[in-house]
Amino acid sequence: MGRPWGSSSMTRFLLAVLRRDLTLAARRRGDWLIAQFFFVMVASLFPLGVGPEPQMLARIGPGVLWVAATLASLLSLARLFSDDHQDGSLEHMVLSPEPTVLLVLGKSLAHWLIYGIPLLAIAPVLGLQFNLSWEAIMVLEFSLLLGTPILSLLGAVGAALTLGLRGGGVLLTLLILPLYVPALIFGAGAVDGVIAGTGAQAHLSLLGAFLILSLMIAPWIAAASLRVSLE
Amino acid sequence: MSEPSPQLSVHDLACARGDRLLFKGMEFSLGPGELLLVQGGNGQGKTSLLRLLTGLARPEAGEIRWRGAPIHKTREAYHAEMLYLGHANGVKDDLNPVENLRFAEGLQGRAFEEERAVGLLTRLGLERCLDLPCRVLSFGQRRRVALSALLLADARLWILDEPLTGLDVHAVALMEGLIRDHLNGGGLAVATTHQALNLEGVKVQRLLVGNVAIPELA
Amino acid sequence: MNLYHYASPVTFYHLAGKLIPWFAWSAGLCTLAGLYISFFVAPTDFQQGEAYRIIFIHVPAAWMSMFIYLIMAFWGAIGLAFNTRMSFMMARALAPTGALFTFIALWTGAWWGKPMWGAWWVWDARLTSELILLFLYVGIIALWAAIDDVRRGDRAGALLTLIGAINVPIIYFSVKWWNTLHQGASIKPSGTSMDDAMLQGMLIMAFASWFYTIAVALYRVRGLILERERQAEWVKAILERD
Repeated sequence: MGRPWGSSSMTRFLLAVLRRDLTLAARRRGDWLIAQFFFVMVASLFPLGVGPEPQMLARIGPGVLWVAATLASLLSLARLFSDDHQDGSLEHMVLSPEPTVLLVLGKSLAHWLIYGIPLLAIAPVLGLQFNLSWEAIMVLEFSLLLGTPILSLLGAVGAALTLGLRGGGVLLTLLILPLYVPALIFGAGAVDGVIAGTGAQAHLSLLGAFLILSLMIAPWIAAASLRVSLE
Repeated sequence: MSEPSPQLSVHDLACARGDRLLFKGMEFSLGPGELLLVQGGNGQGKTSLLRLLTGLARPEAGEIRWRGAPIHKTREAYHAEMLYLGHANGVKDDLNPVENLRFAEGLQGRAFEEERAVGLLTRLGLERCLDLPCRVLSFGQRRRVALSALLLADARLWILDEPLTGLDVHAVALMEGLIRDHLNGGGLAVATTHQALNLEGVKVQRLLVGNVAIPELA
Repeated sequence: MNLYHYASPVTFYHLAGKLIPWFAWSAGLCTLAGLYISFFVAPTDFQQGEAYRIIFIHVPAAWMSMFIYLIMAFWGAIGLAFNTRMSFMMARALAPTGALFTFIALWTGAWWGKPMWGAWWVWDARLTSELILLFLYVGIIALWAAIDDVRRGDRAGALLTLIGAINVPIIYFSVKWWNTLHQGASIKPSGTSMDDAMLQGMLIMAFASWFYTIAVALYRVRGLILERERQAEWVKAILERD
């Protein structure tokens, strides 16, 4: 209390959280690869289910890729706090003199860098499989760029609430998926808009607004949830 | 010698788990150079008391004060001076001891001094493990890594939950020395332990938690 | 008058005990009156025929499903801010009723949709929002069920309700945006397109739902109080007497 935001110890803290999670992810590439393959596999199952007609695939493509991205993000979110909880380092981080909000923000950001950004690299390839035009793929990329941080931010709330519970992973999905609905609608809608020729501007603006709102609210609620769960 | 002014104090503290009241009306105050040894049987609330003292848990009633101010009102100042070592070490298996200390310092918002960290690890007998991932270290060695983090932080108040668990005879002696140095340097410590501690020349307060009396520890 | 007096479980337990019969009877009477008006007084709709009468249940249920969620969020916020145990109990007592009304709204919506749209389920903006609301209720109830510790459960549930409450308007807006083709709002507060008897029936049914909700919530709160205060002397006395 009393110290200004942005003081050097806070920056150091945020950077330490980021670097720590990135280092740990680099040491455990297996987990990281599983999440990416999950994304590819979920998206690849749909053509097997609905048939290989190019037109139909282009119709459902944006939605399918967005749903797959959401599920892939949830898969990795279950462990956002639980690994650190098990070895006791989460308590040390919460007991740091720096605000818990900053911790949550750092961990959400790290989660986005580790699991969100790679989705952007894979999505164009999957977009081609779904017969999307280059223009549609560009918009898909942009919508994922705006949308995947929302998944990490809101997901952190769920991860904090379900910390240490039996069946926490499934419960997390149940709690958080409904909250993802606006991101899914605006994100997939933007790509649909381009395909239908109505433009993606409005959808992307709304997605951006939802991102800003999530950024302003989710870390506080996640920090409060984390404190409740550790009590 | 005049009585030093108390710095950590507990007033009318009560703690419940579920609907079982673990203790109530607890009072004590701890000054510089003093150790509070918390004793009691299993499940009597020792760990719960320590978690209350760290500020992780909130008391059912009563107040904990650090330097005269309630800790939930001066959380940041309190946590800057307090360090907690729980049952779990807080040591990451995928990082080596030096990296562990580096991040532990960063997470406290402090700059990392590598030479000092290596010096501490060496002092705790870990000089041959510096670049090994903690996964391959033994339980006792990981506990020592956690203790080095404690020393590196240079905190005024230590809160230690069973610090001697898993340590061999040498390490216990080392730990006793560390606690003694910390207290002689004007620090405070709260610890639970099942083992006997040799702490000559140190002011020790004993606190029995719960209603089951256990024989005095030597 | 001291509000804290009523926030104490003992006082509230006895107060709720006295209030429940009143609300229960009011709910019963309003339901009878409302159903009578709905089925015998309100005229047949010239477009929708007799099938429209399901809205006398559907619309109040949909209203209640949203109101109850907001009230839960309100109690959750009060509980988090002032650490009042009764508020958390109120939130817990309301949730099953909220989920029930959401379910009724969905079910009756489907019944109404079959003759109107020719399909049991249409991805209409309102029905879809109700479905997501049901997911939110189920999530909160599941979270409570998963957490054994009462204190943690109370707070975690409240936080989830809060972030849900912030999200509900956005979800509603996004779903509406997503589905620009949907039935025009036939129930407007001004009620110009509706017969007076229809509006009366609907309002009376809405009152019935309110009284029912309050009665059931108070009943559940009494149960929760007994469960949580089971160590207290006054609860032991009550339990022995019965």
